[in-house]
Amino acid sequence: MTVPQPDVDTLPAGPIIKGKLSRDDILMRGGMAVIALYLVITLVLPLYAMFSKSFSTYRIELTQYEVQVSDEAGQFNTPAFILANLNQQYNTVPKEELSTGSGGRLGATKFFPDFSFRSSVMYRIRNLHDAGRFLIGSALKDDTDWHELDSNTFRRVQLRPVKSTGITNFVNYFSTPALFNSIKNSLLISIISTIITVTLAFWFAYALNRSCMRFKGMFRLIAMAPILVPSLLPGIALVYLFGAQGILKGLLFGASIYGPIGIVIGSVFFTFPHAFLIISTALAISDARLYEAAVSLKASPWRTFWTVTIPGARYGLISAAFVVFNLVITDFGLPKVIGGQFNVLAVDIYKQVIGQQNFEMGAVVSVVLIIPAIFAFAIDRLVQSKQVALLTARSVPFAPTPSTKRDSIFLIYCSVIGLFVVGILAICQFAALIKFWPYDLSLSLNNYQFDKMDGGGWRAYYNSIKLALLTAVIGTSIVFFGAYLVDKSNGFRGGRAVFQMFAMLPMAIPGMVLGLAYIFFFNNPDNPLNTIYGTMAILVVCTVTHFYTVSHLTAVTALKQMDREFESVSASLKQPTIKLFSRVTIPVCMPTILDISIYLFVNAMTTVSAVVFLYSPKTALASIAVLNMDDAGDIAPAAAMGMMIFYTNAAARILHLIISKGFLKRTQAWRER
Amino acid sequence: MNQPKSQKIVPETAYLKIENIWKAFGSFLALKDVSLGIKEGEFVCFLGPSGCGKTTLLRAIAGLDLQTQGKIEQAGKDVSNLPPSERDYGIVFQSYALFPNLTIEKNIAFGLENTGRDKLEIAQRVAELLELVGLSEQAYKYPAQLSGGQQQRIALARAIATSPGLLLLDEPLSALDAKVRVHLRHEIKALQQKLGVTTVMVTHDQEEALSMADRIVVMNHGSVEQVGTPNEVYCRPATLFVADFIGEMNQLRGFAKNAREVAIGTTTLACNKHGFPEDDDIVITIRPEDIVPHSDTEPDPKAAQEGNLFEARLKEMEFLGSFWRCRMQSEAFDDNEIIADLSINAVRRLSLRCDQILTIELPAAHLLAFALPVDQA
Ligand SMILES: Nc1ncnc2c1ncn2[C@@H]1O[C@H](COP(=O)(O)OP(=O)(O)OP(=O)(O)O)[C@@H](O)[C@H]1O
Ligand SMILES: [Mg+2]
Repeated sequence: MTVPQPDVDTLPAGPIIKGKLSRDDILMRGGMAVIALYLVITLVLPLYAMFSKSFSTYRIELTQYEVQVSDEAGQFNTPAFILANLNQQYNTVPKEELSTGSGGRLGATKFFPDFSFRSSVMYRIRNLHDAGRFLIGSALKDDTDWHELDSNTFRRVQLRPVKSTGITNFVNYFSTPALFNSIKNSLLISIISTIITVTLAFWFAYALNRSCMRFKGMFRLIAMAPILVPSLLPGIALVYLFGAQGILKGLLFGASIYGPIGIVIGSVFFTFPHAFLIISTALAISDARLYEAAVSLKASPWRTFWTVTIPGARYGLISAAFVVFNLVITDFGLPKVIGGQFNVLAVDIYKQVIGQQNFEMGAVVSVVLIIPAIFAFAIDRLVQSKQVALLTARSVPFAPTPSTKRDSIFLIYCSVIGLFVVGILAICQFAALIKFWPYDLSLSLNNYQFDKMDGGGWRAYYNSIKLALLTAVIGTSIVFFGAYLVDKSNGFRGGRAVFQMFAMLPMAIPGMVLGLAYIFFFNNPDNPLNTIYGTMAILVVCTVTHFYTVSHLTAVTALKQMDREFESVSASLKQPTIKLFSRVTIPVCMPTILDISIYLFVNAMTTVSAVVFLYSPKTALASIAVLNMDDAGDIAPAAAMGMMIFYTNAAARILHLIISKGFLKRTQAWRER
Repeated sequence: MNQPKSQKIVPETAYLKIENIWKAFGSFLALKDVSLGIKEGEFVCFLGPSGCGKTTLLRAIAGLDLQTQGKIEQAGKDVSNLPPSERDYGIVFQSYALFPNLTIEKNIAFGLENTGRDKLEIAQRVAELLELVGLSEQAYKYPAQLSGGQQQRIALARAIATSPGLLLLDEPLSALDAKVRVHLRHEIKALQQKLGVTTVMVTHDQEEALSMADRIVVMNHGSVEQVGTPNEVYCRPATLFVADFIGEMNQLRGFAKNAREVAIGTTTLACNKHGFPEDDDIVITIRPEDIVPHSDTEPDPKAAQEGNLFEARLKEMEFLGSFWRCRMQSEAFDDNEIIADLSINAVRRLSLRCDQILTIELPAAHLLAFALPVDQA
């Protein structure tokens, strides 16, 4: 008989087998590295540039300049002095003016109140250290030699700041109430909008999932409509309704629509579809068996609602809340149009950068804005993963039974919401077609003569379409290919994890922050990529990156549903993976690919926040034109352009639907038994 | 039996040589020092309970999940670290992994493309393969339009299309219902014999393994317990695990006496030659169908002693179609329950009934002794 061997439980010492990589492995890793590099260049490095900017301070150091002044005859009789001492004595330039940005410069003559460029006095100036810098005209002097200048030339001497690193900017930020008040404001409107939107969207989704009311399909369409317009469009409608000339102004009882009220109403409008979609999904997957159990236990409807419905939808509700919160707090267009004097973070970034050219402070506000955005993003991801777990459990879908009373209450409720959504769009369209609100209500197409207004004209509209198409095509290719590589390549765990992280990052980065980061990174003359600054290319890159995460997740979900052995079979048959990819993966995933394309198209048409920093006169966009025309007081043309975006997106969606249907029909043979 | 448990020495002539394979998932060892030789043209089954590492071993052979340590040689070539595309095998997965958007014909042709064959050649080969698996009429259908069994055969046809040297099957039949499964067993086996392709099949269904394999590799906890023909592993299990895992087995605690005798309590039995020293605790096994009923109710003591004859009381009888499962108790074995599968014929001849006392014989040739499992020692 055999004696049992002791169980061997440790790996013997010796080398671990290292697999030889196949050509496909190498290609796939290479491809992944390329796309990862793309994300590094378009996301990680710009963000890094922005962070380091927020910690950089620029100051004109007066201690490092020495100046000597001659008498009228040009003789230098008095000794040279350090500029700092001079300023201390006469205090001609206040301290605050010495803190400046990276581009800051300060005329040397400012320190000499009685300076005249016609006088015959001569000036000498030099740096005391090598670090010192000043300009004579446009020539930079950073040596320690004396430069002797007549007064006319001395007029052109500009002192340049030196850079230091530290938290000074943050200290400044938090000691300026005008700035940090925005944190409170942003949180306030985000929380209020979140509560209102989620509540409204919940009952709307509930009505559509749990009642037998009529017109469900129509309501579903209406609920999704706000996704097709820029977030600032409801702001324009609100101006028409409640502004100085508004027809419903009386309803506000003297309160102004410009401010939190307007922002909240507009935010509810543009975030509604997002909340509705998430909650609707959560309600749709909840298990009918639980309701049957509740009915058999004779639980009251009220009790059933709190013990079955709400817990079943809780992940959806939490997820919707954080998504809405994130959308509102990072939105720029709406508060810009209707915020009035009510400052919020996203607009502050814009004001600091565009208004005051204070890039460092813009970076500081960006860092502040990133914190709640990342927080909301993280919670949403956590909750989403739980929801997925719920989804996989086999459950029986709930089938509502008719009830006249309940169904009519819901019908009224949904009609009110539907009226709100359609009303906002209708007002914009109406305003666009009217000659002169509210004095001349006759119809005209004058407001469509965009070329006569500031903002980019019709060209902006065509630019937007070009951007949307390029984003859809290029973005979908990059995203889908990237998702395929990360999901299907062998081994290389670390690399894939890093890639996944990069792909998730864009969602946590507010558009304003991304746009600003792009300025810092791509507008740097030392960056060889700065040639794309101001072109359509940077707009495409920025938009693809901005909307990368959702597209990536959509692609990964579809790819995960493919048999994971396809690649193994193909390899065992010695066929290149690219053949499998093009002959099997792409056709099978075509519906998803089309979904990603339309998502990118619609978002590229409506986005404002990231591109507002990056467009140039040649690449003005429709959504930016809406913003700028509104800013310039051309509100009716702004509404007209906004509605052009709406119709374009609606048409694109219809086209998408037709193509998808057509594709499914053509491939039905292999989808159905 | 009594062959040494570990077959560390893999024969030189083997077509597929697996030498000292280890596989670690983190700190968990899914394969522990597995060595194995598979001859050319042989049909080998990996058999074992769920999680014992069968799939892991198959995937190592395929190069889909490389082993942590150890060497794999195919047709004299070291393939230990080669990617799947540089090895020579066809594979069929449990899910079949047929490409859903390609017709049956295109599925089979997939591996024939880019191999220097022209269109006509490919078409001919596809037709030949469809003929071989008996699905010629289905060429232009899509996988979803076929039954599970048909899909399975298409997957098989696709795997053998390029005439690989090795065919790997991972539970190819487990997704099918029982009847189709039995039918396909024969079909696959016949096909394999016709092609003469060396085949490795993973299964946890012992009937499948016993009926199809030339040799069975019984695995447990990441180690090979025994390699042998179906007859060997059934009749001469190398370990208690194999004895227990394959077929039914009576197990009785006892101890060794001399090389040809064991004891249960005060009863001594003659048995197969074993290597345990005297008084070692052991498990003594016999298959239910090896127990022989006798007509004489009271065997004379001497004959009883030599012939392993014992008196037992029939407690329960269960009719299982082709035989009776009888549960009995004998004072000789400390009233432990013994199961005997008796032919209908025998039951009729001895007119056996419940509660009856009868004489049973435990033939020495079928009594095996094993060491106690570690957790009972
Ligand atoms: N990728 C993995 N990571 C960690 N552990 C794994 C992995 N794959 C397999 N294992 C573990 O290795 C052991 C062997 O797995 P394997 O799939 O080979 O089992 P099996 O014998 O094929 O079982 P079954 O009959 O259920 O298919 C199992 O305990 C399993 O949990
Ligand atoms: Mg398995």
